[in-house]
Amino acid sequence: MVRICSLAWIILMVVGGPLWAAEPVLIGALLCTTGQEAAELGQKGLDGIRTAHKMQPTVLGRPVELKFADTKSDKAEAANAVARLLDKDKVAVVIGDMISSTSIAASAVAEGKGIPMVSPTATNPNVTAGRKFVFRVCFIDPLQGHVGAGIAKETLKANTAALIYDIAQDYCVGLAKFFEDSFTKGGGKIVAKAYYKSGDRDFRAQLSSIKAANPDLIYAPIYSTSCALVAKQAKELGIKAPILAGDALHTQEFVELGGKDVEGILFTDHFHKNMIHNELGKKFLAQYTKDVGKELEDSYTAMGADAYFLVLDAITRAGSTDPKKIRDAIVATKNFDGISGKLSMNPDGNPSKSMVINKVQDGKFVYVKTVEP
Amino acid sequence: MDYSFILQQIVFGLTLGCLYSLVAIGYTMVYGVLRLINFAHGDLLMVSAYLAFYGIVIFHLPWPVGFGLAIALTAVLGILIDRGAYKPIRRSPRISALITAIGVSFLLENLALVVIGARPKAFPEPAVFVGVLETGTLRIPYMSFWVLGVTAVLLAAVLVVVRRTRIGMAMRALSRDMETVRLMGIDIDRVISFTFVLGSALAAAGGIMWCLRDPPLDPFLGVMPGLKAFVAAVLGGIGSVTGAALGGLLLGLSEVLIVAVKPEWSGFKDAVAFSLLITILLTRPTGIVGEELPD
Repeated sequence: MVRICSLAWIILMVVGGPLWAAEPVLIGALLCTTGQEAAELGQKGLDGIRTAHKMQPTVLGRPVELKFADTKSDKAEAANAVARLLDKDKVAVVIGDMISSTSIAASAVAEGKGIPMVSPTATNPNVTAGRKFVFRVCFIDPLQGHVGAGIAKETLKANTAALIYDIAQDYCVGLAKFFEDSFTKGGGKIVAKAYYKSGDRDFRAQLSSIKAANPDLIYAPIYSTSCALVAKQAKELGIKAPILAGDALHTQEFVELGGKDVEGILFTDHFHKNMIHNELGKKFLAQYTKDVGKELEDSYTAMGADAYFLVLDAITRAGSTDPKKIRDAIVATKNFDGISGKLSMNPDGNPSKSMVINKVQDGKFVYVKTVEP
Repeated sequence: MDYSFILQQIVFGLTLGCLYSLVAIGYTMVYGVLRLINFAHGDLLMVSAYLAFYGIVIFHLPWPVGFGLAIALTAVLGILIDRGAYKPIRRSPRISALITAIGVSFLLENLALVVIGARPKAFPEPAVFVGVLETGTLRIPYMSFWVLGVTAVLLAAVLVVVRRTRIGMAMRALSRDMETVRLMGIDIDRVISFTFVLGSALAAAGGIMWCLRDPPLDPFLGVMPGLKAFVAAVLGGIGSVTGAALGGLLLGLSEVLIVAVKPEWSGFKDAVAFSLLITILLTRPTGIVGEELPD
């Protein structure tokens, strides 16, 4: 009797298994969770994707399975990691990376294989330029540089500016150039430029040359730990000029490392938790606090989640996990209401989206205003 | 480009140079005794910084205790690395030991990555280290005084130990001829362990001051300083303690001055350091001071 029962059970498992255990939908999470400069961004992006996955674990009636790969904040590793997701894990769509240099490297591979890729926060235009399968859920750097130059001129009343940036990061080099173009077009003058390479911690010599040029403002389109050090060392050197930065600062590490030296720093950004307006965002905040055990204090978590929600929305509309159909559905996205605001996708893979200006005040990030494109 | 600007850069250059020197001395001593380039040496910086961080932030130790404990534990780790990784292959070809050293370095980095995680941590900054002395246009951070002072004291102590004590004599003898020293009845392993203790403790002090100066802690923070200190040791003449100290100062000063005088080259300052290494190896392989521990 036992034998018959177990035999029946085995047959049921083999034949009937697929009936109730639908094949999972595989989504790749390609993130820079280790490595120089941007590990904290990647880890927060991953937190966001995981939290979003908990909120929406199924699509088309099938469970979603996340496949994670680490780019180690390195271009060559990024190309390897995405190839592994596509060839070995056979994912239908890739979410990632958080930073531009690795996203550019990975996007070439994803494009070649015809698998859609959606970056949460890679803002360099080259990530999506000339690619049909690569998208992002954030604004791009020409706009960010332009808005930054506007703040420099109008809010901070700067006529001269100095630039300091990482020459090994596409994001930093690109954003510095777009700021410079827009700032000089508006009548401003760049009086000093200083460079460093990812992993450097001592910027005193560079900052000394900036101090000698006596600018009204320092524009630092760099990642959070480096920017905290730049701010500290600038104070140490007695530089009074305010620092303006881009969207790579909004991490808890930045205020922890920078302490009182980063007070008052303004930066262009994707998101602030106070601008959450919809049910999705409120649910996300609650879920995040429950899972991680603390309040949401950064923007990358929300952006990672938005990329996930957008991908799921596209798969639902496509009604299939065929990469081509998902790609067409992503392009057709109109008024997608994410955590970080409304978004409509343009044919070039970049969304039309508003930008946020945040500020550090009393060791916290404070929302200043929203800029419409 | 005025006088005070250059003076300011010299202060920064000397500070950086002292930190390189402290690490370079450890490289050079181990090389002098074992003819082994201990590539795991740079990672001891990272280990000591994390130990100090945990001592102060998690266990709430007062900073002198926390730092002292971190230095002591790093010195113990130095012995453990020697006993675990280098001693078993002491009689193998030198290249095996070199590759083992690289392996130990990767092991320490990735262990830290797995155990501690990649998110950078803020190093605690006790109030005595924070602040700037202003004299005219010159601004000298208090940390620079600490770095210069501590390095001077430690360097003097190491020179006394190497030149004036019995164990120092044994170290110097060992660097000449290991077999003869063994025949003389000297406990070689004890001398080698002592070399590792001294070198690791210096690296630990360097690592803690490095993070006090520029605080974020991450598992790979020892890699670049380690490589630069290696360049400094070769520059000064690997095997020589004074050479390593001189090489460190020279490297620190040249790195800072190049960036200050030619800001457009600042992205290439590492390239400058490593070009210096290649030039030295091509033109004067024994470095500024020459090989061998000083007699």
